[in-house]
Amino acid sequence: MVIGKYFRERKSRQGSASLAKERLQIIVSHERAERGGPDYLPMLREELLQVVRRYVTVDPDAVRVEVEREGSHEVLELNITLPEHCESEEQR
Amino acid sequence: MARIVVVTSGKGGVGKTTTAASFAAGLAKSGFKTVVIDFDVGLRNLDLVMGCERRVVFDFINVITGDARLHQALIKDKRLDNLFILPASQTRDKDALTEEGVEQVLNELREDYDYIICDSPAGIERGSHLAAYHADDALVVTNPEVSSVRDSDRVLGLLASRTLRAEQGREPVKEHLLLSRYDPHRVKKGDMLSVDDVCEILAIDLLGVIPESEDVLNASNSGLPVILEQETDAGQAYLDAVARYQGEERPHRFINAERKGLFGRMFGG
Repeated sequence: MVIGKYFRERKSRQGSASLAKERLQIIVSHERAERGGPDYLPMLREELLQVVRRYVTVDPDAVRVEVEREGSHEVLELNITLPEHCESEEQR
Repeated sequence: MARIVVVTSGKGGVGKTTTAASFAAGLAKSGFKTVVIDFDVGLRNLDLVMGCERRVVFDFINVITGDARLHQALIKDKRLDNLFILPASQTRDKDALTEEGVEQVLNELREDYDYIICDSPAGIERGSHLAAYHADDALVVTNPEVSSVRDSDRVLGLLASRTLRAEQGREPVKEHLLLSRYDPHRVKKGDMLSVDDVCEILAIDLLGVIPESEDVLNASNSGLPVILEQETDAGQAYLDAVARYQGEERPHRFINAERKGLFGRMFGG
């Protein structure tokens, strides 16, 4: 019994480092995407979120604003994920 | 013409001052004329870690405000002939550290020294910006812990965009990762991020891994840079890091858990 408990505990303890790695990869890539963009991006995102929320209840993460550079011009990419009951359509 | 190295991190308490002290002492030991500057105005600590706290008469702010000449504020290390310390001020207003003042001091030091090590305050505020602005190299000190890794990544973002090198479009600041407080046994058990994990997330060159060790605390207790405690693991890890920084190839040590024998298991805990 004691041995069983030892292995169970061992097993449940494993993976806190891998969990940490997974969480870090997500947050770091998210933050890197926002970095280097113009300063107004977070504010633009916030206001867009407010406008969308007047009509649909969406998650704070549902609005993604990204700036991509293509040669000499920049493209503002806007991605709003609507909740599932709105047929989960993506608007660009 | 000196090379300017900033020792930085996002999060506090990861071992920046320990690193700055050891790195400066290591370079001085290799024969380079080195000065280490404490940029942590208000919370000066480098002098204490270097064991020269009672010899501080004038500080960095005194020099900037013109109350003292640079040579009056520089403290010569008692152990190493070509090592000097410019302490931070503990009491003065943080805003006394100005961009122009910092630039002037660095320009003056540049003529005389081979290396200028800047011990940055934690975070991404003004103090750390001032410490990093003129840097040629950056040592990013990180613990294998989520908040430390994340904040280091933010610091890397600033090093890439808000330094003199970035503004002038010169070759970017060379970033080196120094992973401190590393415990190979916990890594092996799977409850601490490994060197490879951290390197993969931050994607910068690994300069060294400093093992978690009581010797670090012992050394700072006695005001001695741990690199000068040559028989300790942490001291050797810092020696390796300094050698690697100078271009020497050395295998990374202290990253694998030693197999403990029966007695080790019974008594080592």
